[in-house]
Amino acid sequence: MKRLRAWFLAPTWAVMLTLFVVPLAIIFAYSLLTRGTWGGISQPWSLESYRRLADPIYLGILWRSFWIAGAATVLCLALGFPLALFISRSGKRKNLYLSLVILPFWTSFLVRTYAWMFLLRDTGLINTALQKLGLIHDPLPLLYNDGAVILGLVYGYLPFMVLPLYATLERLDRNLLEAAADLGAKPWVALTRVVIPLSAPGIRAGAILVFIPCLGAYLTPDLLGGGKTVMIGNLIQNQFTTARDWPFGSAVSLTLMAIVLVLLLVFVRRQEGGLV
Amino acid sequence: MKRLAAPLAIYAVLAYLFLHLPLLILAGFSFNQSRFTVWQGFSLTWYRAAFQNQQLMEAAGNSLIIAIFATVFATIIGTLCAYGFWKRSSPVLAGSLYMSLVTPEIVSGISLLAFYQWLFRFIGIQLGMYTVILAHVSFSIAYVVIVVMARLRTVDAQLEEAALDLGANEWQAFRYVTLPAILPGIVAAALLAFTVSFDDYVITSMVAGVDSETLPMVIYAIARRGVNPVVNAISALIVVGFGSLILISERLRAA
Amino acid sequence: MESVLELDAVSKDYPAHRAVNAVSLGVGRGEFFSLLGPSGCGKTTTLRMVAGFEDPTTGQIRLNGAGIEHLKPYQRNVSTVFQNYALFPHLTVRQNIEFGLRRRAENHIDQRVGKVLELVQLTGKESRLPSQLSGGERQRVALARSLVLEPDVLLLDEPLSALDPNLRKQVRAELKNIQRQTGITFLFVTHDQEEALSLSDRLGVMSGGELQQVGTPEDLYLRPQTRFVASFLGLVNWIGGVGVRPEATRVTKDPGEAGPRARPAKVVQSTFLGNCVHVEARMNEGQTVVAEVSRLGESFSEGETVDVWWQPDDELTFE
Repeated sequence: MKRLRAWFLAPTWAVMLTLFVVPLAIIFAYSLLTRGTWGGISQPWSLESYRRLADPIYLGILWRSFWIAGAATVLCLALGFPLALFISRSGKRKNLYLSLVILPFWTSFLVRTYAWMFLLRDTGLINTALQKLGLIHDPLPLLYNDGAVILGLVYGYLPFMVLPLYATLERLDRNLLEAAADLGAKPWVALTRVVIPLSAPGIRAGAILVFIPCLGAYLTPDLLGGGKTVMIGNLIQNQFTTARDWPFGSAVSLTLMAIVLVLLLVFVRRQEGGLV
Repeated sequence: MKRLAAPLAIYAVLAYLFLHLPLLILAGFSFNQSRFTVWQGFSLTWYRAAFQNQQLMEAAGNSLIIAIFATVFATIIGTLCAYGFWKRSSPVLAGSLYMSLVTPEIVSGISLLAFYQWLFRFIGIQLGMYTVILAHVSFSIAYVVIVVMARLRTVDAQLEEAALDLGANEWQAFRYVTLPAILPGIVAAALLAFTVSFDDYVITSMVAGVDSETLPMVIYAIARRGVNPVVNAISALIVVGFGSLILISERLRAA
Repeated sequence: MESVLELDAVSKDYPAHRAVNAVSLGVGRGEFFSLLGPSGCGKTTTLRMVAGFEDPTTGQIRLNGAGIEHLKPYQRNVSTVFQNYALFPHLTVRQNIEFGLRRRAENHIDQRVGKVLELVQLTGKESRLPSQLSGGERQRVALARSLVLEPDVLLLDEPLSALDPNLRKQVRAELKNIQRQTGITFLFVTHDQEEALSLSDRLGVMSGGELQQVGTPEDLYLRPQTRFVASFLGLVNWIGGVGVRPEATRVTKDPGEAGPRARPAKVVQSTFLGNCVHVEARMNEGQTVVAEVSRLGESFSEGETVDVWWQPDDELTFE
């Protein structure tokens, strides 16, 4: 009976090995090779691609990706926490409010990113409205900059912050809050001294769930950053298309993977019981 | 803490507006007569234009075919996997599925491209529908496993034992006892896999061939050049379509 | 009596411990046989090995003389009534009961289901779902579902423990009745010694994976072969190496009445239990014993000096 069970997992093993592990192994190999004359791969084996990453230009891109992802994460936390708190206290309508958060997320990432293009561009809704109201004369450059990218990322990944926060807040013992009130704590104090520290696991989970996709973002900086905001994702894509430098692109990819893995390991260590 | 109720509620309204208004506005302006961001009357021009655009329609068709095939394979493989996990956990496989979810899409995309290029030295196939379908299957399985596993956890493991005890073999126990219980979960997982596949841009763009352009790829190309009301119309359709599928999926998961 | 089920030195090892240790027993055709023991003693594991859910590490299991330990559960003509019933929630009572018959594609399914519904007194409730039934009704469906297959042995895993205590005695009587009517061999697992004693033709007491003694209820109660069996089946006063049951322990204020085993003692407490009285007395050696006396006889109060005595025949001794 027990031998039969292994067969259920076989197709998934096959898919994971051929379409996940092997491809990663291949780009690992590529990262150690050299760029061919007309693009592609050639000998010799070398660590040149990884050394190039130390170039200030690329370190700059790395740093920029961290700061954009970090900003997006912090904003998601600031915006998401009160929302999660609201939902956890909303009694019977909890599921409705949760669905309202989740629903936009599953509609289409491309469309949602495009929506901000529509709103932020020079002839977009926000600028047109502000001009009509006479508040500004020339359109504000809202699109094609770091700010737009951060906004797009926050919009895209806010649900990833709200859900784990909600899960933790929901499990919070109401008695603790009442005890704090009994001891004379004003609402703000109760919030900062009791609720926030106790929701640390949720905050950590949400932060990881937002930071990692933001770090590796490609579509958002591409559409909303307009070529000026180059993050790691854009760099990688560029190497595999225009620049045709596969070894370097592979090296950057693996570095990104390594960073993601390290972040995950640190997170899992601090969090008993994995992701929430 | 009760004094926070009112400000929290106001904040919640603003937050929900932030989440939903951009899409509502986008959808609203898809009915705008003019292509400028000034309302000039209700019209279905852009919807007509969308359906008359051959490139768009062909791409939509491709996306549909790819999504259907990818969904069928991913759902079957993922359900079997979840069932296997339910019987006996496999941390390594579970870990690799988790990694596939966490891997940045661009990295998955280029690694698959590299894999296909390397493979094509031995087999003569080019990038095309098949390569896209396989890629979609690879990243959809994790979603299916998560949804079906969640459903399986609600099923009493002893029920299959009872079925075996009463004379059913392993397949019959699954078919008559477990499958009926998890069917809503399987359908929910399939709907999820469908939307994830249909909407994918990053990975698809890396591994699609010349004749396998998908709808997101066309939308991206148009959007790259700037805002186009035809995209608004398509977007509105996508949002409503996906929204409905996901709503149904959520209902099934709770059933 | 011919044995329909035989366990021959059956053992079950897990990485950490040996759950069942060389258990050998035989169950006769038409017998109500119980396996009695505290939780963790290995009785359920033994049952599961007979059902086919666990494989024995060593030993043989024979059904009607043929070895079955290598067969899958659905290849064995035994059926299990689970502790939490394991009814299929999406099927009606009728569909649950006929499940096994349908898998075998047997004939006259409706008739047989009808008969067994009558037997467990659930006629009229066939179209209900398990969620619409009471705990007692669900238990009867589980029973019917297995009985309808007419197995060689019916395995019952603590079927009464999920029921309300007040319901248990009634269901117990019904269970015994059904066993007599159908004549099917029952292998019953429980930790409740009153259940085992009242229901069984023969029973086996297990502890720590080992079968300590097998016999009729009277055999085990009156002539236990180990201290464990003696204490598990009822209260025992251990006095200087021998055991005496409370109902065999007598208390008297009249020194002449006490026989050769008399011990002087002082009454500590007298507890009225309704149908009898438990008198707790401390003997001069310091040990306290409990005597069960009739409520219709003498009454005893705290502090009174008495003699505790018993008949030599009532002593429980072990090698």
